[in-house]
Amino acid sequence: MTFSQRHLLGIEHLAPAEITAILDLADDYAALNRRADKHGDALRGLTQINMFFENSTRTQASFELAGKRLGADVMNMSMQTSSVKKGETLIDTAMTLNAMHPDLLVVRHPSSGAVDLLAQKVNCAVLNAGDGRHEHPTQALLDALTIRRAKGRLHRLNVAICGDIAHSRVARSNILLLNRMESRIRLIGPPTLMPAGVADLGCEVYGDMAEGLKDVDVVMMLRLQKERMDGGFIPSEREYYHRYGLDAEKLALAKPDAIVMHPGPMNRGVEIDGTLADDINRSVIQDQVEMGVAVRMAAMDLLARNLRDRRAA
Amino acid sequence: MTLLFTNARLIDPEAGTDETGHLLVQDGVIAALATGGGAAAFLAAQGLKPEAVTIEDARGHCLAPGIVDIGVKVCEPGERHKESYRSAGLAAAAGGVTTMVTRPDTEPAIDTPEVLEFVRRRANEAAPVRVLPMAALTKGRAGREMTEIGFLMDAGAVAFTDCDHVVTDTKVLSRALTYARSLGALVIAHPQDPGLSAGAAATSGKFASLRGLPAVSPMAERMGLDRDIALIEMTGAKYHADQITTRRALPALARAKRNGLDITAGISIHHLTLNEFDVADYRTFFKVKPPLRAEEDRQGMIEAVAEGLIDVICSMHTPQDEESKRRPFEEAASGAVALETLLPAALRLYHAGHLTLPQLFRAMALNPAKRLGLPTGRLSVGAPADLVLFDADVPFVLDRAQLHSKSRNTPFDGARMQGRVLATLVAGKPVYRRP
Repeated sequence: MTFSQRHLLGIEHLAPAEITAILDLADDYAALNRRADKHGDALRGLTQINMFFENSTRTQASFELAGKRLGADVMNMSMQTSSVKKGETLIDTAMTLNAMHPDLLVVRHPSSGAVDLLAQKVNCAVLNAGDGRHEHPTQALLDALTIRRAKGRLHRLNVAICGDIAHSRVARSNILLLNRMESRIRLIGPPTLMPAGVADLGCEVYGDMAEGLKDVDVVMMLRLQKERMDGGFIPSEREYYHRYGLDAEKLALAKPDAIVMHPGPMNRGVEIDGTLADDINRSVIQDQVEMGVAVRMAAMDLLARNLRDRRAA
Repeated sequence: MTLLFTNARLIDPEAGTDETGHLLVQDGVIAALATGGGAAAFLAAQGLKPEAVTIEDARGHCLAPGIVDIGVKVCEPGERHKESYRSAGLAAAAGGVTTMVTRPDTEPAIDTPEVLEFVRRRANEAAPVRVLPMAALTKGRAGREMTEIGFLMDAGAVAFTDCDHVVTDTKVLSRALTYARSLGALVIAHPQDPGLSAGAAATSGKFASLRGLPAVSPMAERMGLDRDIALIEMTGAKYHADQITTRRALPALARAKRNGLDITAGISIHHLTLNEFDVADYRTFFKVKPPLRAEEDRQGMIEAVAEGLIDVICSMHTPQDEESKRRPFEEAASGAVALETLLPAALRLYHAGHLTLPQLFRAMALNPAKRLGLPTGRLSVGAPADLVLFDADVPFVLDRAQLHSKSRNTPFDGARMQGRVLATLVAGKPVYRRP
């Protein structure tokens, strides 16, 4: 068994063979998901709890669907409206849930490291659905699967990640994964949205988008979070779009067969041109959503196998 | 009572010496000391008979002036469950700290003579070591109005500080500095640009970026120091920077000293012995303020202490209960307890060959005592017999459950350390003896 993790907390903890194992299984599930009968039974009898301390529609729906297709009992807890508001600490919440014997816990939290902390306190398998600015491993895995299906490989590709790198957990997980799979990463964005010391992580940093996009195979756009506008990170949306928004003209600098990705939700006209986002010849944004369900099915299946092995032992 | 230490490694930070000899304590002060020679001859020279004195054979262990620790947080009034004068005092005694210079960042802040009076009474009743309280520089540490500096000095405040709150209004600070100067009061500040450091939990760089933590540039410390230096030049105030932790701040500090400004600087033991990578997987016991720095900064700070550019090493003892630490890193409280680990952690620098024992005690005892105008902190005839006897070499693994503090938020839990206090004396009286 190449996948030996107990939790999926971040790409940081995964070996290349483990990444490949998830992606291979996810390919199978992608096929299953296109069939009329979409049901598997890998998670039958298991309980999956989705705890989202931060708003999310897409990721939560994707995890829910993934669990249900594999036969798990899925419960969603919206933590913003629950006991957290009454002052309960994260650890108490975790202990309370743990007492209900869940098997899979899917957690999103606004603080970096919060999911690691929670994982130390529970017996079940924990999946990080995004913690602060730290990691969002299933997003990086679904991006990798999308790239691998479009390009046939993950190594020796030039991948540009563009936009608000500083506040993006998607960027961090993608940097770690693509580095591990031996692709070349370029980070493009205004210097105010570029984290310190990022060049030491094995990336090339570009302030100029035209220069950065030259000859890339993959263009990965990031969402510009509206709240960053108040922080004074950029002067205005229109200047940002002019300099860092992706349009046909800028994309022409990339390789002719370069694909365009976006983790969603998109701000059309802020970081990406609407027509381009819908261009089925270039944009793989819908494929990313599709692969998201498959990758989450694969990740939960593999974790559940390890969970059962551990319990049997 | 007359007490003679024989066969002790006398660590004299004033003379910069580390030699074996004898030290005589009489009436709470150091009555005589000598290096080399026999104990009998030494006693005879003092005109004393061996049966008239209690003789303690130090068996080659170190005898040094007791530590004077500037910046200890005792959580009275307000949060006695985190640390009381009793528990802090016991921790200090067990750590070789004979004088705790306490912080006013309590709840409420120590900003009136009445609160200070309460604190002094509590301290005298409960703590076995000397306690010298500091008071807030501005009311409620809010940075708007200066406190009654004169009354507070009369009530026993030895220095004035808003602790980690930076007085952002330069007009308020310049007036407070001017007023403090007229009374000869020492002002202690936290050099930091509050705009840059707002919300930061780590030092910006590769580590913070990987961990996705909000971070502050090390430049924020230099900016805070530069501003303060300009104000000292303007007002002539007596100033101490609580913690200088980055290389970039050092040239400004050196220049200010060269220019004859009345400025000194300190650093916490954590910034000398740990770096940002120690946070690892979000270990909140390593969250301190300012955040731990890069390794090259740590190295630079050790050099600065060796050269004497940084004057004082302190514990920056900050008790936090389990609840405030068992949280996601960004939300967790800052600070670490260190009264009991200050000496063994400092000895890491000695064992690594970075600093000599006299250099360490210059920064932990002599310099802070001099800065506060105290007669302690030295091994000289006539000085109060505030002493620490320690074995510099004995190895042990720190178990935080054994600490005397009510809060046990130490980053050294489970760490291998070397060196332990055997006995602590205040005014010649033992306040701690290792069981």
